[in-house]
Amino acid sequence: MSKAAVDLPPKGGFSFDLCKRNDMLAKQGLSGPSFRKTGTTIVGLIFQDGVILGADTRATEGPIVCDKNCEKIHYMAPNIYCCGAGTAADTEAVTDMVSSQLQLHRYHTGRESRVITALTLLKKHLFNYQGYVSAALVLGGVDCTGPHLHTIYPHGSTDTLPFATMGSGSLAAMAMFESKYKEGLSRDEGIQLVVEAICSGIFNDLGSGSNVDVCVITKGHKEYLRNHLLPNPRTYVNEKGYTFPKKIEVLMTKITPLKERVEIIETGDAMEE
Amino acid sequence: MEFAPKQDQSENTVSIPVGGPIQRTQYPYVTGTSVVAIKYKDGILMAADMGGSYGSTLRYKSVERIKPIGKHSLLGGSGEISDFQEILRYLDELILNDNMWDDGNSLGPKEVHSYLTRVMYNRRNKFDPLWNSLVLGGVKKGQKYLGMVTMIGVNFEDNHVATGFGNHLARPILRDEWHEDISFEDGVKLLEKCMRVLLYRDRSAVNKIQISKLTEEGATSFPPYSLKTYWGFSSFHNPTVGAEGSW
Repeated sequence: MSKAAVDLPPKGGFSFDLCKRNDMLAKQGLSGPSFRKTGTTIVGLIFQDGVILGADTRATEGPIVCDKNCEKIHYMAPNIYCCGAGTAADTEAVTDMVSSQLQLHRYHTGRESRVITALTLLKKHLFNYQGYVSAALVLGGVDCTGPHLHTIYPHGSTDTLPFATMGSGSLAAMAMFESKYKEGLSRDEGIQLVVEAICSGIFNDLGSGSNVDVCVITKGHKEYLRNHLLPNPRTYVNEKGYTFPKKIEVLMTKITPLKERVEIIETGDAMEE
Repeated sequence: MEFAPKQDQSENTVSIPVGGPIQRTQYPYVTGTSVVAIKYKDGILMAADMGGSYGSTLRYKSVERIKPIGKHSLLGGSGEISDFQEILRYLDELILNDNMWDDGNSLGPKEVHSYLTRVMYNRRNKFDPLWNSLVLGGVKKGQKYLGMVTMIGVNFEDNHVATGFGNHLARPILRDEWHEDISFEDGVKLLEKCMRVLLYRDRSAVNKIQISKLTEEGATSFPPYSLKTYWGFSSFHNPTVGAEGSW
């Protein structure tokens, strides 16, 4: 702790003070708290008119599936979406933060956001935290300069690619892409290939599973296909549904309608857009 | 604890370090990368590249990692090349002893696979593993067989197997596109597809692959050749389009 000439308020952000102590404890055998990871398959590819992103929907906490149907394709801007792998909290927080930064920037400039703006903001943040923010992202979007697809690694390095995969199922998905991708795919061919790659991850990787989410972004238009494919339905469902065990007798029925106690008065200006 | 120096036949004394347990080699030196194999209509098709890496150097580029064993089997090995050659020696002795019986019966792929599993598992129990993942395929009396053994003795039998990186990159493709009684041409195309993905994504792969087939008639090794690769994506030519100077 250095003595500053002026008493400055503590700066926000990650404090690296305890890292050395944690390393020492780890060497002595203490394992830290585990994170909720998204053990994932996320993919993106560039097709004729834009970008298609895909993701599975399983979130794991070690060996347990803690969320069967989570959302891994995050909104960044109306024309930019981002898939996230790694620690769920990190991907959520980082994409949320950059999304709001992009909106403020849009108000300031009055223009549509560019993909490389999102890329630079994310990359700066991740590099600043030296890999401790464990977020591996596939960023895709269409802006005035055309369709773009980038991958961002937790340490802050980025790649610009025609097709990309990240997460634990990335090798299975990449095998599909490397053997079947070609330039100038149509929309349906592109979605078909993305679905195949995610399914390859779902069925060949233990960290990925459940359903397939797809997001198609073209110039001026986007389609978020949540649960586009459900290849893991519940196999044995009881048709009878659930029946209560003992015969329940209705003794008395009393219905009390809920009344609104607050009156809304429409005066004043509506909130500015 | 003191150990007396060991004396072997050639009169060279090998002294064992005094005061500690005997240490065996724990890591491989010259390694081969993945092997991929499938069952097809007439038998077995196996593919491997011909590279032997010395750490991160591609030292040897003409290593044959698929060898025929006896009349009925093909052995493909990845991992330490010297251990692979040692296994070939063991199998040579095994086949020789079998031939000496001269009883009209010969060791089939199932038997050779079983022998290899025992060898690998016993070596691992002695903390002295043979650092290989082996693929054993064969046809005997019309019955096709394809199995795999790893260096810790895990063994299983399946319609398509792969070692090393092939497990992650090739098996998803095979699970999707392999079907019963696939023809020879389709089988070779499928193997080439897998080997191409491995060439793109495995750092220790070489572009010189060797495909071998085994049918009831016997084993045939095709001459090695290289795969065509495609690098012409527009994103590769101009990755910073729209943002000149960024990275």
